[in-house]
Amino acid sequence: MARRVSIARAATITVVAWMVGFVIFFPILWMVLTSFKTELEAFSMPPKFLRFHWTLENYAIVQQRSDYIAHVWNSIAISFGSVSLSMLIAIPAAWAMAFAPTERTRGTLLWMLSTKMMPSVGVLVPIYLIYRDLGLLDTRLGLIALLCLADLPIVIWMLYTYFKEIPMGILEASRMDGIGPVREVVFVLAPIALPGIASTILLNVILAWNEAFWTLNLTTSKAAPLTAFIASYSSPEGLFWAKLSAASTLAIAPILVLGWLSQRQLVRGLTFGAVK
Amino acid sequence: MGSIRLEGVRKVFGKTTVIPGVDLDIEDGTFVVFVGPSGCGKSTLLRLIAGLEDVSGGRIIIDGKDVAKLPAAKRGLSMVFQSYALYPHMTARNNIGFGLRMAGRPRDEVTRKVDAVSEVLNLSLYLDRKPGELSGGQRQRVAIGRAIVREPKAFLFDEPLSNLDAALRVQMRLEIARLQKSLATTTIYVTHDQVEAMTLADKIVVLNAGRVEQVGSPLELYASPANLFVAGFIGSPRMNFVSGDLAAPFGAATIGVRPEHIAVSREGDGWRGTISASEHLGSDTFLYIDVPQTSGITARAVGELGLKEGDDVRLAPDQGRIHRFDAQGQALR
Repeated sequence: MARRVSIARAATITVVAWMVGFVIFFPILWMVLTSFKTELEAFSMPPKFLRFHWTLENYAIVQQRSDYIAHVWNSIAISFGSVSLSMLIAIPAAWAMAFAPTERTRGTLLWMLSTKMMPSVGVLVPIYLIYRDLGLLDTRLGLIALLCLADLPIVIWMLYTYFKEIPMGILEASRMDGIGPVREVVFVLAPIALPGIASTILLNVILAWNEAFWTLNLTTSKAAPLTAFIASYSSPEGLFWAKLSAASTLAIAPILVLGWLSQRQLVRGLTFGAVK
Repeated sequence: MGSIRLEGVRKVFGKTTVIPGVDLDIEDGTFVVFVGPSGCGKSTLLRLIAGLEDVSGGRIIIDGKDVAKLPAAKRGLSMVFQSYALYPHMTARNNIGFGLRMAGRPRDEVTRKVDAVSEVLNLSLYLDRKPGELSGGQRQRVAIGRAIVREPKAFLFDEPLSNLDAALRVQMRLEIARLQKSLATTTIYVTHDQVEAMTLADKIVVLNAGRVEQVGSPLELYASPANLFVAGFIGSPRMNFVSGDLAAPFGAATIGVRPEHIAVSREGDGWRGTISASEHLGSDTFLYIDVPQTSGITARAVGELGLKEGDDVRLAPDQGRIHRFDAQGQALR
């Protein structure tokens, strides 16, 4: 039976939850509002909340100055490309670790995670030089490969925890059904782990979409994604807050929509296995 | 065809030897039950035959071919798991037909075979449901259907009935027996329940600590157990063991008498004792009797006896049914 919660208590929790939510969301809201202000109003003191001169001119200028669509395409190619590639590697890897562990599995997992603790800038120079020699600078392929490698530890960890929840017996049953390892993964494991796989994909697409260190350092124009698009508005002539906000709003819009549409899936995936 | 032969099959987990070396011959078409207390290695032995565990040594020969190094998928066996292990994302129909579809059989053949199997198992009405929408008994039928539809060389059952309630267990036990008779496919069935073992098996393999204690038909094991372990394990209530002075006249270190082979009376010959407890099942009465120099004797009598707790009685074991064992626990014949 559900625990009875008094109305006052429920109301308090609701109010607190809304307040926390508002605090978290406020910077995004402020960015969107700023994108509709003139440059002058953007840094006026005291700040104007809603009563300012609403304008679309920033969006027009941003659109004029840089090719938004080209950046969007690069972002899509890089984020989805890198996540697809890492899934191809991570699903078999996590399958092996979850269902045929050896005494080194745990150590391998921890070691993989430890690579994420290393600051990326530590390997910037070697990677830059390798990419220069291989001709991968400012290419989508180069970024896809790099982000795939950078994401792999997290992707494998996430999939590993989801796979651990699946009873071994089901996979054994498929083996007794005469099914080899590849089809076991494709037809039995993957469909059962679908909520987990979907949320891993979503989360990592979002992470790759927002990844700024490598995308800024390894691209100039051709393969530049939306992160570079935003960065181009912090220019030597000074910061143009309103235009920067307009560019940022445009950059986060697609991923915000994706996240909004898939929030049910995301939450389900992140709590997968918690409730049987 | 499905004859299975184990030659020196061993299994070691880390430093623990689970199965020190088993030799066993299973003829085509027989129903073999592995029985033993929990932890005796019976499930491990089954999984070794299935290919779900790698052997540490020895050979597993199916139809004349050593399959010990082959993966489970290539051994041509099918298995029913204790947990059913159905594919949760597929309907009952797809669960049963999955192996056939993956083997590339034509669609109409798969449909025909799945329909035929579900007819036999009374599953026709549930074919479009997913495992989550089926009862325990129905799930177990789907698992059995999945095993038989592929026409394997042998069926392996790993305690398939232990998740069912008592009434359903009896019913499924009968169905499995009937099914195996009609298909005449070699079957290996693992259980810790000796009633299942006695009722289903052509041949029982009694395992203890990874070793085969005795192989024989149910009645052979009942009538002439090879040692104290088998004598104590087969039969319910378990056999009474008496050692020392009471066993000496029989020329044995220990003698064993089954509860049903002891006549209880108020007077006459035999061991003296006092009834400490009695259980009345209607059809049978179990008497627990304190007898000096023993750890207590259980006797089973048909129907109701006019005896109650505290009564002094005489126990007369049926002389022709006394089992004699030497000091090592081996039967004396």
